[in-house]
Amino acid sequence: MHPIFKTSLQRLALGIATLWVVSVLVFGMFEMLPGNFAQAVLGQSATPEIVASFEKRAGLDQPFLTRYGTWLVGAVQGDFGVSYNSLMNTGGQPRTVSSIIGTRLENTLFLAVAVAIVAVPLALGIGLLAALYRNSIFDRVANAATLTSISFPEFFVGYILMLFLAVQHPWFYATAKVDSLTTFSEHIARIGLPVICLVLVIVAHMMRMTRAAIINLLASPFIEMARLKGVPPSRVIWHHALPNAWAPIATVVALNLAYLVVGVVVVEVVFNYPGIGQLMVDAVQSRDIPVVQACAIIFAAVYILLNLSADIVGIVTNPRLLHPR
Amino acid sequence: MRGIEIEGQSEDTWFPIIKGMDLTLHRGEVLGLIGESGAGKSTMGLAAMGFARDGCRITAGSIKFDGMDLRTMPESERRKLRGVRIAYVAQSAAASFNPAHRLIDQCVETAMLYGVSSVAEARKNTIDLFRRLHLPDPENIGERYPHQVSGGQLQRVMTAMAMVCGPDLIVFDEPTTALDVTTQIEVLASIKEVVKELHKAAIYITHDLAVVAQMADRIMVLRYGEVVEEAPTRRMLTDPQQPYTKSLWAVRTLHKDEDTSGDKLLSIRNVVAAYGGGVRVLHDVSVDVPRGRTVAVVGESGSGKSTLARVITGLLPPVSGSVEFDGKPLPPALAQRPKSLLRKVQMIYQMPDPALNPKRRIGDMLGRAVTYHLGLTGKDRARRVSELLDMIELDDSYRERLPMELSGGQKQRVCIARALAVEPDLVICDEVTSALDQIVAEEILKLLLRIQKELGVTYLYITHDIATVKAIADEIVVMHQGKVVESGSKTEILTPPHADYTELLLSSVPEMDPDWLDNVLAERAKGGAGAAIAQDR
Repeated sequence: MHPIFKTSLQRLALGIATLWVVSVLVFGMFEMLPGNFAQAVLGQSATPEIVASFEKRAGLDQPFLTRYGTWLVGAVQGDFGVSYNSLMNTGGQPRTVSSIIGTRLENTLFLAVAVAIVAVPLALGIGLLAALYRNSIFDRVANAATLTSISFPEFFVGYILMLFLAVQHPWFYATAKVDSLTTFSEHIARIGLPVICLVLVIVAHMMRMTRAAIINLLASPFIEMARLKGVPPSRVIWHHALPNAWAPIATVVALNLAYLVVGVVVVEVVFNYPGIGQLMVDAVQSRDIPVVQACAIIFAAVYILLNLSADIVGIVTNPRLLHPR
Repeated sequence: MRGIEIEGQSEDTWFPIIKGMDLTLHRGEVLGLIGESGAGKSTMGLAAMGFARDGCRITAGSIKFDGMDLRTMPESERRKLRGVRIAYVAQSAAASFNPAHRLIDQCVETAMLYGVSSVAEARKNTIDLFRRLHLPDPENIGERYPHQVSGGQLQRVMTAMAMVCGPDLIVFDEPTTALDVTTQIEVLASIKEVVKELHKAAIYITHDLAVVAQMADRIMVLRYGEVVEEAPTRRMLTDPQQPYTKSLWAVRTLHKDEDTSGDKLLSIRNVVAAYGGGVRVLHDVSVDVPRGRTVAVVGESGSGKSTLARVITGLLPPVSGSVEFDGKPLPPALAQRPKSLLRKVQMIYQMPDPALNPKRRIGDMLGRAVTYHLGLTGKDRARRVSELLDMIELDDSYRERLPMELSGGQKQRVCIARALAVEPDLVICDEVTSALDQIVAEEILKLLLRIQKELGVTYLYITHDIATVKAIADEIVVMHQGKVVESGSKTEILTPPHADYTELLLSSVPEMDPDWLDNVLAERAKGGAGAAIAQDR
């Protein structure tokens, strides 16, 4: 078996193990919270009978390990249980967590992909140009601009964008309200402002890392050699420096993409976008524990998956590992 | 090159590196540039390509190459000359090849960029050069990545890369400095042959006199960015005019009378050692070190000599075998050794910089060792530090200095003082002069010899440099691939007949005689001892 394949499999196994540990932590954490769950969900006025009946329906009367086991078996198959909120009114139909999260997750991923498609090439492009023309006006402006954009809080950037690009000049939708009837093109049009806002937030980090990684390499003897071979500057960057810079760049890109899934709640609230971040905040407020658990696991999985991809990019672009002696 | 002045930037000030230098090179001639580090050799070599490193600038002078002025032409024009008509061979081939691309692609890059020849033709050309440079499997070696090829081979691949476009001038910047002697000789021979056959002009930069004597038609000695002396090779070797040149030539005269008496201080018996439980790096090594003497451990990189030091110091407990110190077995691991034993074995490293804490003053460093091991404090401690500084011939004012305020040689002196501060019996010197210039190294060796005479301390001196061994050893241990090839008194080892590997090692050390390389190669071609091993490599 090719060593790369083997290493990747090892990393994947490690990722799955990490995810399992996270699941134990997430599940155990709620167990350790003080007080009675059902009572807390139902409120002070609930009678002991109502509490007992709720506990029975929610499976809270079972011992911890049984509940964890049932939950884990379900979670592996994509079933994260039933929302507590839907269990509260006895008459209503219980809703599964998956059905609640499903569309929200889709929305979040839609936004994340849209941002990534704009932000990653933009950041790499600006980073490469800044490295190529370092200490030039372009480099300074790019650095200052990205640093400024990352320094403002997201909600502020969001409202400013809304003020200028939606209210004063009605070029974009002010809010990003979408539902199941929204068409694809409509969806894209709706999320214009959140995309711009998030691009501004994540470009700085990736661009600066790209620039730093390339500049760091430019001090290597093999870059001097390339220049002494008469290789023009753009080719030095593109052909000689960049292939050796993928590992650090991939790491920072992965971190920022993960942020797009797990950290966008502020932007979602500002633009009233029905994503998973908002859902999790609502679920925490209403103590809908199964939803919170599912969100936490999804966030952990996103982090692990993206970091795993960054690791694999690092391995695949390292000729020492790709072509062993 | 006429009236060349080059400045370098340090923080915000510019200081001169080259102070008005002239250099003339004729077609087909090899010029040797020689000098110590900081003399401006590399800077001058690069300037011959119209190139200044980042943080350097050429401020005056003209660089005429085949009638064209490299200084006044636009950068894009200079670029078209580089790699095509003027090529460069760097010191460390391992660092100078891009790790991400195949060797052959890197070799033909310039030819491809400037349309010197078709890629297919350039490849054919490169393979032909690989063959001329005696690389194994010339057809396919180019398909490999840099990390898949050994250092000596890489250096030859780089020479081939420089020659692919058929340049008129090649700048060789210390091309064999990073190589072992037995590898160096082959690379030197290949380079010499190709340069001569293809009638190239070359600037050959090195700090090694014996090497430059083999390669150059004419030698230029540089110091502090100025030319000290310039003459044809033979005249320069036999009749140097300037005092500085004479002092360079005189360096190899240090000598010590051998004395192998003394009871055993250290006795290593059948030691086997491995890293990470895997690959064995020492196989059944036995060495005896007599008290008050110097035992030199000689070998090339990968021979296991530094590993032996790690075993003795307890950093790497051996897999099997024993180490006896002063008649008693030495606990294998560092953690098992009492403080009193730790004091008795001290170590001096190759690089003084990483060995000295940059934030501590010299007096503190020495004082700490004194207090920790000898328990001296206050005035006693201060007196001991003064004694130590006196011993290493540094002024008492140095106790207030930081390592960065010292020169390389002074830093190594401080390392010596720190080792001696605790009154050790055995000092392990691991390549302590390898990173230093010849003249400075010579002074360090003199210091070590004087201290041995005064204090009776025992040295285990690890080195790859035969000249150093001749200068300071009483006994010699020759190591090769983790085994002791030969050991005995200096005279025994250095007088024929030798073991095969020792023969190869000794005969590979360049000598000042300009005919040395040709003679050795002729000798080896006849099939003398050591030739068999040389063939294998």
